[in-house]
Amino acid sequence: MPGTLWAIAEAGPDGHLTKLSAEVATLVRGLGAAAGRDVAGLVTGTPGAVAAVAAELAAYLPRVVALEAAAAATSPIAQLAAQGAVQAIGADPDASIFIGNSPDGRDTAGFLMAALGVGVISNAGGVAWNGGPVAEKGVFGGRLITTSSFADGHGIVTVPLGSVPAEEAASAGVVETITLAGAAPTVTVLERVSEAAGAVQIEEAKIIVSGGRGVGGPDGFALVGLLAETLGGAVAASRAAVDAGWIPYARQVGQTGKIVKPEVYIALGISGAVQHKVGMQGAHTIVAVNTDPDAPIAEFADLFVVGNLFEVVPALVAELESRKA
Amino acid sequence: MKIVILAKPVPDATGQERLGPDLRLDRAAIPPVINGNDEYVLEAALRLRDAGAEVSVTLLAMAGAFGPDALRKGLAMGADNAYLVSDPALAGSDARTTARVLAAALAKLEFDLVLAGVDSSDGASGVVAAALASLSGLPYLSYATSITPDGDKVRIKRFSSTGYDVLEAPMPALVTGMQALGEPRYPTLRGIMGARSKTITTWALADLGIDPATVGADAAASRVSTFSIPDARSAARVVRDPAPEAAKQIVDFLIERRAI
Ligand SMILES: Cc1cc2nc3c(=O)[nH]c(=O)nc-3n(C[C@H](O)[C@H](O)[C@H](O)COP(=O)(O)OP(=O)(O)OC[C@H]3O[C@@H](n4cnc5c(N)ncnc54)[C@H](O)[C@@H]3O)c2cc1C
Ligand SMILES: Cc1cc2nc3c(=O)[nH]c(=O)nc-3n(C[C@H](O)[C@H](O)[C@H](O)COP(=O)(O)OP(=O)(O)OC[C@H]3O[C@@H](n4cnc5c(N)ncnc54)[C@H](O)[C@@H]3O)c2cc1C
Repeated sequence: MPGTLWAIAEAGPDGHLTKLSAEVATLVRGLGAAAGRDVAGLVTGTPGAVAAVAAELAAYLPRVVALEAAAAATSPIAQLAAQGAVQAIGADPDASIFIGNSPDGRDTAGFLMAALGVGVISNAGGVAWNGGPVAEKGVFGGRLITTSSFADGHGIVTVPLGSVPAEEAASAGVVETITLAGAAPTVTVLERVSEAAGAVQIEEAKIIVSGGRGVGGPDGFALVGLLAETLGGAVAASRAAVDAGWIPYARQVGQTGKIVKPEVYIALGISGAVQHKVGMQGAHTIVAVNTDPDAPIAEFADLFVVGNLFEVVPALVAELESRKA
Repeated sequence: MKIVILAKPVPDATGQERLGPDLRLDRAAIPPVINGNDEYVLEAALRLRDAGAEVSVTLLAMAGAFGPDALRKGLAMGADNAYLVSDPALAGSDARTTARVLAAALAKLEFDLVLAGVDSSDGASGVVAAALASLSGLPYLSYATSITPDGDKVRIKRFSSTGYDVLEAPMPALVTGMQALGEPRYPTLRGIMGARSKTITTWALADLGIDPATVGADAAASRVSTFSIPDARSAARVVRDPAPEAAKQIVDFLIERRAI
C-alpha cells in the first residue's frame, strides 16, 4: 500500500537493537494504526549479523526488511542504510521515514534527504497524525515547543530518545531479507577501537549519576562511579569534567554531548548551565547535590540538596547499602 | 592544501532566542556568532597550518545580512577569506534547501577538504553535511575527534559510543567534527585588525544559478504551525540537613518517586 510508514533501526555496539530504535518502531506502529497506513522496519548490517537484529525489530513491527550489506564490515553504516532504504521503499512517493537521531541515524537521514529530495523534521520528541506526521519539538534548549508538519504530508522525521516507551507488538512480524545493490562506498573503516567495552551506555541507562567540575578530578569520579554502581546506574558528566580530561567525551551530557532521558539523574557538582540542561531535562526525576544554594540547577531539579558532595555521596552509599541489607 | 569550512552564523546561545511573528527564529534580535561545532573544525584546520602544512582556509556560509559579522570572527581566528551566499529569497530555507545551496557554492570553489560541524546550535538537525556530501559526490566522514590528512587521503577518528573508529577516504572529502577536536583559539588583537582587510565575497542566488522560487520559506518541506511554552517542573524540594540526614532524605525521595 502506498504511503507506508518506515522505521529505520540500528544495532548498538553490543549487536542488539538500540533502545532508541525500539522506541521509534513503537512510535511508527502507533502512527500506522492512527493513520490506517502500512508500517515496516528496516535494519542494515553484515550478512552474518543482520538477521538477529531484524528478529528483535520484528517484535515491534508486522514487517521488517533485513538489509544485508557485506560492505558494512568495512564501511560506515549510514550511507549503506540510506541506499538500502531507497531500495526497500522503492516507488512509494508518499512514504514517511522515521529515524532515531543517533549519529548514524542523523547521517542516514541526511543521505536520504538528498537521495529522495524530501524534507526532514528533526528532533521530533512527539509525533501525532493529521493527514501526515505532525511533530512537536523542543527548540532553543527546550524553552519552546513548536508544532510542525510537512507541506505535502510526508518526509523524514528524526526522533530523539524518549518519544514513546518501547512496547512490543502482540505478535511478531515477518522478516524478509534483501541484499544491498550498488557500488561500494569510498570510506573505509580501518579499525574499531573500544575504550569502554562493557560499560553501561548512558543513553540506555535507567539511572545516571553525573559529575561536574565540583567533583574536582579523577578521584572524585571514583566516588561518582561508586554511587552509580550502588544504584546499578551509569556514570555521566558535564562538559567541564570532560574538558578537564577526567572522563571520556562519550559520557558527556548536553547540547554537544548526549541527550539522555533516564528515570533518575543525579547531578553532583554540576551548576546546571543551559547547555547541560538540554541534555538531561527529560529525566523523570532529577536530584542535585551542590554546595551553592543559588546554583541554576536548583530551578529544574526535583530534589535539591545543599551540601558537599564529598560528604553527601559517601553517606548516600552507606544509606543505600544499609537499606539493601 | 585547500580547506573550506562550512561556518553557519547562529545566534549566540544566551537563552534569549525567540520566534518572530512568522514563527521563525528572530535572527535580528541577537548578535550572531559562528556555530560552536564549526569553530572546532576551523580550529582543527588552523592547527594543521600551525604544524607546518601549507594550508589555505576559506569560510563558506549561507546567511542573511548579519552573516559578515560572524564571519569576521573566523577570519580573525586565522581563516584567509570567506564566501557568503546571501539573498533575500533564502530567508526561511530548510535543511534540504541549505544542502542544495551549499552544494552549488562548493561547485565554484577549489578544495581538498570540506569541514563542517556535526550540527548547528540553532536548527540542530545534523543532516545538512551528509546531504551535501551526497549531492557533491564527496566521501563523507562524520563525528571526527581528530582529522589527519595524509598524502591524497584523509584519516579521522570517528566518535563511537564505546570508543572510536578509524576511517579513511581519498580527498577531496567532507568531514564533520565537534568539541572533541579541541578548544578553539581566541582571536588575537593582530588577528582582529588583520581580518578587516580580508575579503568576504558575497554571492547572490543568480551567481549560483539557483532559481529563487525553489528556495526560502515557501519552498520549505515543513512548516511550523504553532508553538507553546512547556510546563515548568514544579519547584524543587530543598534539603539543607547534614550529610547523613540528607542521604536518608534522598533515598526516601527516590523510593517515593518509585525511582528505585
Ligand atoms: C556551544 C557550547 C556547548 C556546550 N555544550 C555543553 C554540553 O554538551 N554539556 C555540558 O555539560 N556543558 C556544555 N557547555 C558548557 C556549559 O556552558 C557549562 O560551562 C558546563 O556545563 C559547566 O559544567 P559544570 O556544571 O560541571 O561546572 P561549573 O559550572 O563550574 O559548576 C560546578 C558546580 O559544582 C558546585 N560544587 C563545587 N564543589 C562542590 C562540592 N564539593 N560539592 C557539591 N557541589 C560542588 C559549584 O557550586 C558549581 O555549581 C557548552 C557550552 C557552550 C558554549
Ligand atoms: C529552532 C529551529 C528549528 C529548525 N528545524 C528544522 C527542521 O526540523 N527541518 C529543517 O529542514 N530545517 C529546520 N530548521 C532550519 C535549519 O536550521 C536551516 O535549514 C539551516 O540552514 C540548516 O539546518 P541546521 O541548522 O539544522 O544544520 P545542521 O545539519 O545541524 O548543520 C550541520 C553543519 O552544516 C553546516 N551548515 C549548516 N547550515 C549552514 C549554513 N547556513 N551556512 C554554512 N554552513 C552551514 C555547518 O557546518 C553545520 O555545523 C530549523 C531552524 C531553527 C532555528
